[in-house]
Amino acid sequence: MGYYKNEASSRALAASGIAKRTNYWGVIMQSTRLIVIRRFLFLLVCACSIAPVAGRADDIAQFRVARGSVYLERSGQRLPARVGTHLQATDTVVTGADGSAGIAFIDNSLLSVGPNSVLAIERYAFNSTTHEGAFESSLRKGTLSVVSGKIAKQSPDAMKVKTPSSILGVRGTEFLVRSND
Amino acid sequence: MRRHCAALIAALVLGGCATPSQDLVVLLPDKEGKVGTVVIQGQKGNAVLNTAYAKARTTPDGGVQRGTATQSEVREVFGSALAAQPPRPISYTLYFESGNDEFTEQSKQEVKGLLAEMARRKAPDITVIGHTDLVGPDPSNDALSLQRAERVKSILAGMGIPADRILTAGRGRREPLIPTAEGVSEPRNRRVEINVR
Repeated sequence: MGYYKNEASSRALAASGIAKRTNYWGVIMQSTRLIVIRRFLFLLVCACSIAPVAGRADDIAQFRVARGSVYLERSGQRLPARVGTHLQATDTVVTGADGSAGIAFIDNSLLSVGPNSVLAIERYAFNSTTHEGAFESSLRKGTLSVVSGKIAKQSPDAMKVKTPSSILGVRGTEFLVRSND
Repeated sequence: MRRHCAALIAALVLGGCATPSQDLVVLLPDKEGKVGTVVIQGQKGNAVLNTAYAKARTTPDGGVQRGTATQSEVREVFGSALAAQPPRPISYTLYFESGNDEFTEQSKQEVKGLLAEMARRKAPDITVIGHTDLVGPDPSNDALSLQRAERVKSILAGMGIPADRILTAGRGRREPLIPTAEGVSEPRNRRVEINVR
């Protein structure tokens, strides 16, 4: 069955939909055409400065919630995951017995995992102009909550969640999965 | 006694082996009460879930068993995962005064709301999405809508939102707010939408 194939991530498509991110820090404080609301600005800078700055075209998602023990496996390395940490296609999210994590993807898909979970992102591609793409993940163990986003809305077969014993085809929108290893 | 222990251990080990991976899937209504569809393909059987709280369980023989989940079951099994859900993305729509780069008065209020929402969220990022009306072909509208999005990005960056937290997208004419006939110049379709995550 084709679904079981572990396809390599197709970053080209993901990248094509995302325009380049230029560093505008230098012009932030220049005079603006609109009224600057200083209070909001201050709060915003506070909020944004929590996260490490790592804007790259192959970033597909960010941690919005990270409680207890949460980390990422990327190319054989174990990296700590915090609120604001970016994810790339083919990253694996791992939580410990006291861990849980919530992730927002650039197509507005929202995934969150409970304790003792292993969630591998196997493929993520999103064209932000056409909304075509592919989103395949694998819940090796643990619990997962999914709110599907623009990829699943555009193409009913584009989003799949695998477990060790089944494949879920996602036509939307909110569902839960538990996988016992 | 030792024999009993051995038997118990054997039973546990065999019991563990005889229970292969069993999955549970539960479909939830969304915030508006609408329900989507999830298809579960097991090794032998499959099930389509399309009603609120419909559940499917994979069975040891590779089949898929349907049922209905209770709210307490959902809370018990999925409470932590649900509690870790990120905040829902919020969408804002901005319009320009015709013929210049200024936002309309109403859109300036929207920008205030957008900044307040970003301040409320932890490490927010946004996508600025340009849209056009149904005048002209796809390629030129794609380019135009992306230009519009880039312009708004530089305005927002000028207001203090770090540029590396702003993605841009040109959706062209694919998502008109007001459905019109081909070639109709509709100002409400020439807009920029901002998703805050």
